[in-house]
Amino acid sequence: MALKRTPLFESHIKAQGRMVDFGGWELPVQYQGILKEHEMVRTKAGLFDVSHMGEVIIKGEGAQDFIQRLVCNEVKKMADKQVLYSPMCYPTGGVVDDLLIYRYHPQHYLLVVNASNTDKDFAWIMEQAPVGLDIQNVSSQIAQLAVQGPLAQQILQELTDFDLEGIKFFWFEPSVMIGGVDCIMSRTGYTGEDGFELYVPNAQAPALWEKILTAGGERIAPIGLGARDSLRFEAKLPLYGQEMDQDITPLEAGLGFFVKLEGEDFIGRDALIKQKQAGLKRSQAEFRMVERGIPRAHYEVCKDGRPIGFVSSGLMAPTLGSSIGLALIDHQYNAPGETIDIMIRDKPVKAEIGKGIFYKKKTRQGQ
Amino acid sequence: MNIPQELYYSREHEWVRVEGEQAFIGITDFAQEHLGDIVFVELPELEAEFAAMDEIGVIESVKAVSPMNTPVAGVIIQVNEELESAPELLNEDCYAHFICVLRMSDAADLDDLMKAEAYAAFCEEEEAK
Repeated sequence: MALKRTPLFESHIKAQGRMVDFGGWELPVQYQGILKEHEMVRTKAGLFDVSHMGEVIIKGEGAQDFIQRLVCNEVKKMADKQVLYSPMCYPTGGVVDDLLIYRYHPQHYLLVVNASNTDKDFAWIMEQAPVGLDIQNVSSQIAQLAVQGPLAQQILQELTDFDLEGIKFFWFEPSVMIGGVDCIMSRTGYTGEDGFELYVPNAQAPALWEKILTAGGERIAPIGLGARDSLRFEAKLPLYGQEMDQDITPLEAGLGFFVKLEGEDFIGRDALIKQKQAGLKRSQAEFRMVERGIPRAHYEVCKDGRPIGFVSSGLMAPTLGSSIGLALIDHQYNAPGETIDIMIRDKPVKAEIGKGIFYKKKTRQGQ
Repeated sequence: MNIPQELYYSREHEWVRVEGEQAFIGITDFAQEHLGDIVFVELPELEAEFAAMDEIGVIESVKAVSPMNTPVAGVIIQVNEELESAPELLNEDCYAHFICVLRMSDAADLDDLMKAEAYAAFCEEEEAK
């Protein structure tokens, strides 16, 4: 099957991106190198093509009630122009996907979902939907660019008269002119840095990409999927398919903060309440390698020679300079200071469970 | 791409420099370029004995784990421990930093390897894939 391309394919070739097959999409894994790009986003700014992400528009009377039933977080408490992160669960409590919800008003929402889950999510949403709602998968028409890093706002501000200071963390503006291109713009991201995500019609994407790079000059660089993953992981941001999936509940994945069991009813709520009442059997642990080695997704975790779980993500964290990971393990062993073994090429390599060992996010949370 | 004339090359993108019965083993420019940023090197044990094409260690980049093979048979007589704390040296100059040295058990192994010109052509083919 031919790989899908985003509207920015030519821009990546021009920037000498190394193109790879990423879940059926032909996208750059890196341009200058993952470590350089990682550092660029932590210290200056980076520009990402995330047009492969899926977008679903839900409109109509009852849109709010419907979305509230679809996801675990409190949709009804959202204000207009607010953005909400939430897991979306099956009745079992397993996760369909995690997504961003943009509220225009209570009868109009934009959902942003993971690229590889777009078709599955859309089918799931349609299955659950009451008659009368207008639900459209517009993924193939919309491009998404992310501008992330401490200089993201400074650079974008040079391209617009709109006071970007006015867009708070996890809020959006439905129409901001950036370099003459009309964007949906939110202060959100997947790097642990301050920054924005911009949604535009496909045809506008190459011009917008070019304008942002030109305006940023030495302060910005295009960033590939390799650094996107190292940045999100280092800031302990979860990835669907690793930290959670259809067999891992959001409570197990450490996403309890986004699951409002006390609030409105939603799909999966009963199962999650039951799981919480019974006590978690397994949970997410943060750990740091004590002996030399790099933990990777799916490596087994052992305690006293007995398997107790697996690594969901792991890396030599570039900014921290240490080898760290997230693991889903038997809850009884999940305590800071506890020593575990990561099985690396059939050999046990010592690690220690910790708390707060990941990169401290520099987003404008709490504003 | 840098492909020094005096070295031997394997299809797995390792280089061999021969000094008497000693074979210095490293990875090529093609290998380091395609691996990307190297963040971890697992070296073989001293005095371990290997057949040609055996896996002797592991090189990890940010994204991937890659086995490292020896193009020639022999016994490990030296490892480059500097790479344990500074794996990025393989990106900076892959020919100045060997991974290990073997005492070759059969110099005929070298006949199965490529010289610079053949290896350059081989890399071009690989790139075109």
